[in-house]
Amino acid sequence: MTAKAETKRKRGPGRPPKTVVSGVNDMPPTENLVAMYKDMLLIRRFEEKAGQLYGMGQIGGFCHLYIGQEAVVVGLQSASKPGDTVVTSYRDHGHMLACGMDADGVMAELTGREGGYSRGKGGSMHMFSREKNFFGGHGIVGAQVPIGVGLAFSHKYKNEPNVCMTYLGDGAVNQGQVYESFNMAALWSLPVVFVIENNQYGMGTKVTRAAAGRALADRGMAYGILGKQVDGMDVLAVRTAALEALAHCRDGNGPYILEMKTYRYRGHSMSDPAKYRTREEVDAMRKQHDPIDQIRDLLKNQHVDDARLKEIDSDVKATVTKATEFAQTSPEPDPSELFTDILLPLTDNKLVAKV
Amino acid sequence: MIRQHLAETASVAETVSTPAAETDWSGSSTSLTVRESLRDAMAEEMRRDENVFIMGEEVAEYQGAYKVTQGLLDEFGSKRVIDTPITEQGFAGLGVGAAFGELRPIVEFMTFNFAMQAIDQIINSAAKTLYMSGGQMGCPIVFRGPNGAASRVAAQHSQCFASWYAHCPGLKVVAPYSAADAKGLLKAAIRDPNPIIFLEHEVLYSQSFDVPDDDDWVVPIGKANILQSGSDVTIVAFSIMVGRALEAADRLAEQGISAEVIDLRSIRPLDSATIVESVKKTSRLVTCEEGFPFAGIGAEIAMQVMEQAFDWLDAPIARVTGKDVPMPYAANLEAMALPQIDDIVAAARTTCDGFKG
Repeated sequence: MTAKAETKRKRGPGRPPKTVVSGVNDMPPTENLVAMYKDMLLIRRFEEKAGQLYGMGQIGGFCHLYIGQEAVVVGLQSASKPGDTVVTSYRDHGHMLACGMDADGVMAELTGREGGYSRGKGGSMHMFSREKNFFGGHGIVGAQVPIGVGLAFSHKYKNEPNVCMTYLGDGAVNQGQVYESFNMAALWSLPVVFVIENNQYGMGTKVTRAAAGRALADRGMAYGILGKQVDGMDVLAVRTAALEALAHCRDGNGPYILEMKTYRYRGHSMSDPAKYRTREEVDAMRKQHDPIDQIRDLLKNQHVDDARLKEIDSDVKATVTKATEFAQTSPEPDPSELFTDILLPLTDNKLVAKV
Repeated sequence: MIRQHLAETASVAETVSTPAAETDWSGSSTSLTVRESLRDAMAEEMRRDENVFIMGEEVAEYQGAYKVTQGLLDEFGSKRVIDTPITEQGFAGLGVGAAFGELRPIVEFMTFNFAMQAIDQIINSAAKTLYMSGGQMGCPIVFRGPNGAASRVAAQHSQCFASWYAHCPGLKVVAPYSAADAKGLLKAAIRDPNPIIFLEHEVLYSQSFDVPDDDDWVVPIGKANILQSGSDVTIVAFSIMVGRALEAADRLAEQGISAEVIDLRSIRPLDSATIVESVKKTSRLVTCEEGFPFAGIGAEIAMQVMEQAFDWLDAPIARVTGKDVPMPYAANLEAMALPQIDDIVAAARTTCDGFKG
């Protein structure tokens, strides 16, 4: 099958799709849906709190919130298997939480404290967890993409049955190294899913003003990489597409591109008043396409009662409250940390300095 | 008091202690070219650790643009000796990802001029991630290839990048001269858990040196080598400038000036202790490099010596560098742009003349 035949390419990059991708209908059991709902709600509440703490001056520098895009990472991660790796750019708090990283450690990194995942030395854009196979958190637009291909290379080199999920935004798709990555990934059939989170704005520039051609899902066509556009506000559509893409990669067929049509409710970063779009546009997305409202409706249809939903709500609130307290009370890094973690000590016997 | 304060707040905080030098080799040796010794180093380390692989342009089927990887494809196959497309930023980043994935990549740049396409991945991804991850994300990778001035290729293909990479914390920068050091340092670089910039020199590739017959010959990164002992002036050099410094020392000897020649071998960590000890003996210092003078390696060495041995200096430190111009093509202009043996002799004489006695 050619990429052309497989790719949904009816709409330009700017407009949300009307249809969900075709493919297996993988309706997960209700309990899995509940877990996905909880993950999405955690990301939303966590990000709202991060926004508040930023406003209070407790978080510094850059802080890019994921509010509105929760279905993308939760849907994708719900389809992953142990050992799969994840790498993304700087709108990354949601990815960390969806990878199972501890909310305390993420929030404490935002406040620049010792208890943060990078011991306060990375901040919002630079967090990692080897334990959870989360490889960052990278601050340079597009630079995470070759790194993701390298992680996929290591999976293949070591004969691991795993895939690297490499997330990038609609802004990053115009970086040259993305195409260098597409080329190598296709040339060497590397197990990598490129997840383009098309939230329609690269900072203040609407995707139609930045990206020539048709759907971003088509951007791998010249390399023979299959691509699909997916309603990224619908977590089940995301999950279904992810299962298909991951199976494709696991079967040794090389890379796959998923273009997730999504939307961020907040500005690009905390300092962005988002005057490049109308209030009505944002409200329409919130009211008609909110990913959390959609999955909540789904749960109600599956007879998950209000009491259960309230319980989840208060569990999530408690997690965020605890994370906030931890992030506020964890001490600042010890001054000695300034000079640690620059180079690793030598371990090879021949190289260790003889004292 | 002020001087003591300066010493305590020295501007460069090395995070690794100076290692011990390699043990003196008393066994048999074989004369090898730098090119062969680099190949042997990679082959031995690839036999030793199956996670070591090499990738770059023309490294496999073509056997290396400069034949440094000759024979590796035959022995290790295409899984571990990988021809890449011409895509420096892409394969440098891929290498960083593979290193995060616990492989040990050797990334060959056909020359370091082309690594400028990849410098974001080298600095922002390879060098800084360990720090930004609070120590979680080591990046054991070697970026290697020819650096410095080649012959008659003009400005875009003829430049020394030592000071560019040495400027940044999180990298080690190595620039060997002899074949024995090239082999021992490359093996050390491959075994090192950190990202290494390994600067070779095209003009040195076909020069021969004695190399120990030992497949475990390792030279520690960060230790300079005193190649010739002297009492009147210290000449510090690295890479191709070491050969010129040795020749300059011979000419100086004929003029009655005894020069001590130090081969830095590693630019970072810089073995400033060896330089300072030498300056305390000779009281004069000449630094040599092919690179531009402004913010070059010589400038850094001069600052460190001033911080650590000001009272021992009898003359201003002299720099011998490439001229502060893009490399010209015309043969006569190119020769003028490059630091020559005569320049080193003249600089050494200047530090001695008028200050001696």
